[in-house]
Amino acid sequence: MYPNIQLNSDGKLKHFLSIEGFDKTLLTDILDTAASFVNPVDGQIKKVPLLRGKTIVNLFFENSTRTRTTFELAAKRLSADVLNMNITTSSTSKGESLLDTIRNLEAMFVDMFVVRHAISGAAHFIAQQTAPHISVINAGDGQHAHPTQAMLDMFTIRQHKPDFSKLRVAIIGDILHSRVARSEIQALNILGVQEVRVIAPKTLLPAKVEALGVTVSHNLTEGLQDIDVIMMLRLQKERMTSALLPGESEYFKCFGLTEEKLKIAKPDAIVMHPGPINRGVEIDSKVADGKQSVILQQVSNGIAVRMAIMAMAMQHNGAIV
Amino acid sequence: MTQIHIQHGRIIDPANHIDGVGDIYIVDGKIAALSNPPEGFKADIVIDASDKIVCAGFIDLSSRLRDMGHSRKGTFKSETRAAASAGVTTLCLQPDTRPVMDATSIVEYTKDLAERTDYPQIYPIAALTQKLEGIELSSMLALKQAGCIAVSNANAPVKNLLILRRAMEYAASHDLLFICHPNDFSLSNKGCAHEGAIASRYGLPSIPEAAETIALAECLELAELTGCRVHFGQLSCKGSVIKIHQAKKYGLNVSADVAIHQLHLTEHDIIPFDSAYHVLPPLRTKEDKDYLRQGLASGAINSICSDHQPHDLDAKLGAFPETESGISSLETLLPLMLKLVSQHAISLEQGIAALTQQPADILRLPTGALTVGFSADVCIFDPELEWQINSDTWKSRGVNTPFWGQTMKGRVTQTLQAGKIIFSLEAR
Repeated sequence: MYPNIQLNSDGKLKHFLSIEGFDKTLLTDILDTAASFVNPVDGQIKKVPLLRGKTIVNLFFENSTRTRTTFELAAKRLSADVLNMNITTSSTSKGESLLDTIRNLEAMFVDMFVVRHAISGAAHFIAQQTAPHISVINAGDGQHAHPTQAMLDMFTIRQHKPDFSKLRVAIIGDILHSRVARSEIQALNILGVQEVRVIAPKTLLPAKVEALGVTVSHNLTEGLQDIDVIMMLRLQKERMTSALLPGESEYFKCFGLTEEKLKIAKPDAIVMHPGPINRGVEIDSKVADGKQSVILQQVSNGIAVRMAIMAMAMQHNGAIV
Repeated sequence: MTQIHIQHGRIIDPANHIDGVGDIYIVDGKIAALSNPPEGFKADIVIDASDKIVCAGFIDLSSRLRDMGHSRKGTFKSETRAAASAGVTTLCLQPDTRPVMDATSIVEYTKDLAERTDYPQIYPIAALTQKLEGIELSSMLALKQAGCIAVSNANAPVKNLLILRRAMEYAASHDLLFICHPNDFSLSNKGCAHEGAIASRYGLPSIPEAAETIALAECLELAELTGCRVHFGQLSCKGSVIKIHQAKKYGLNVSADVAIHQLHLTEHDIIPFDSAYHVLPPLRTKEDKDYLRQGLASGAINSICSDHQPHDLDAKLGAFPETESGISSLETLLPLMLKLVSQHAISLEQGIAALTQQPADILRLPTGALTVGFSADVCIFDPELEWQINSDTWKSRGVNTPFWGQTMKGRVTQTLQAGKIIFSLEAR
């Protein structure tokens, strides 16, 4: 099994690399801790001194606006010092330069790395190689995992549907290339939902997808029946050029979420999207901006949830949550 | 010339149907007699092989010794020492050397390096195409005359089937063995793990079995069309075993091998992102592993190779997809073969044949057996001796083995090549 380097010897969170290997108690702890940062009256997020004197480096080897910004805001609300580094990799021996980058930053007395990288397993590699006092948070690695996104999605779902055990959740779109989908599927299963259903053409589903703990549908109309939560995924344009799909309009016709299709799901179903949205490709504007959409709440929740994860991961390093 | 007497060992020689305790007499670098000494024999050296197994030296069909452009990973000296300590007396060098084995000067240089090591017999495999680019044919005949034992495009693609057909026809004209590593590059699509549940869970670029089986099926068709003798190297999946079995039944002149690690490891071993298990073709499912074992037992697969690929530390330091593939595997060849025997996957005789007689037959070399008159290439091993893989015991410059730190059972005590002791455990 996954030798859980994510926990320290006391079973406390140290790295946050993947949802895999965590139990329901820990995931619920994260959600509860995140909730404690939100002012119940106005929904504002408090500034707390939990990570005062700590240095957090946002190490982004891949472009990102939303994720990096909310990580930065979260770190600042925790009173940490934040350094943003955007590194575009061009060298062929990325492994070597990646390690060298880490070694150099370690020498600057850093306490935490928030890492985004285009290669699956990069965050795990950094966590294995880095000095023992440093925590690593995965902000997305290749097609592997994006666990903080999954947790903010769980937080958003819980705000609307507190009992996970009753839920049927549909994830729609490019599951094959989606680290978000992989992490969401793991989190939903650990939190005990009734069903996770993936809806996509075969070209956008990984091999043996059922083994991830999902049911499969290739038809949106059928797939949306009885669904409580709809999670849309972004469709990258390059999927058309690599012969995975014939074209945007056919995709929208088959798998695009319109008001009409939305009616097939349960009447109180919520619509989610990790962003950025391709309007008119995977989702109609009317749905994205409609009553059932919680897409902007997801973004807001990103701050509290990332605060919770960062604070909990630093407990071994003196933070008291 | 030295006369050597190996006594009281259990001699297992599948080629000559021998399995029993006995003696071997070596004169002038050749096997002079078994059981009774030849006339006038006077031993200069007596090797007591009591409680040990004596067999022909191992023949490895696929090794990389690095050196030349890759000496950080290994040198002829370091890797042939490792080979000798593993009981290997003959090994075939893949053509993806730096520079590529596509010119007689490179073959000469390789032979020169090999001679200086004074260790196992090294046979270079010639590049099938110039620079392994898969476009123009290499000078196969000249390369054969310079000492290459077969042709192969290693793990590089041949541009299209027409070029492959012509290369195989040309190889067949000169009675050259073509060693094929079946892989359809468009289907393997730069993958690094088996296309299945594990790669899906970890989001790793994956390689379907069809990448291997389709390329293998194409090559089988071309073998029939061209009459070329084909050996398939390092098969990894069930479908390939079935296809080879059918092709042999149909009467095609083909053979196959499997890398030793494919008989022990599966896709689950890479969890989570362990680059020590990054190999190509990738580790597949338990079912594939079981089929490969059965294929070896039934004879569909002829032989076991080490697929030795030593690396420097940096090559394995990185996110899994970015690390280099391959295992430093010569020194675990014997204990892992013996493990197959203890797990009842194959008999000891089959295991030894897969490392001696079978590869000798594939290469058409007069070795791999303890036949009187053959070069005295002998491996003596203690099947019960346990040893730990660590920096004291390991000889390869590449420490990239997933078995590092583990205890292995079975160890070579002496290796003789052409009647010369090239490894002795006591003298270490």
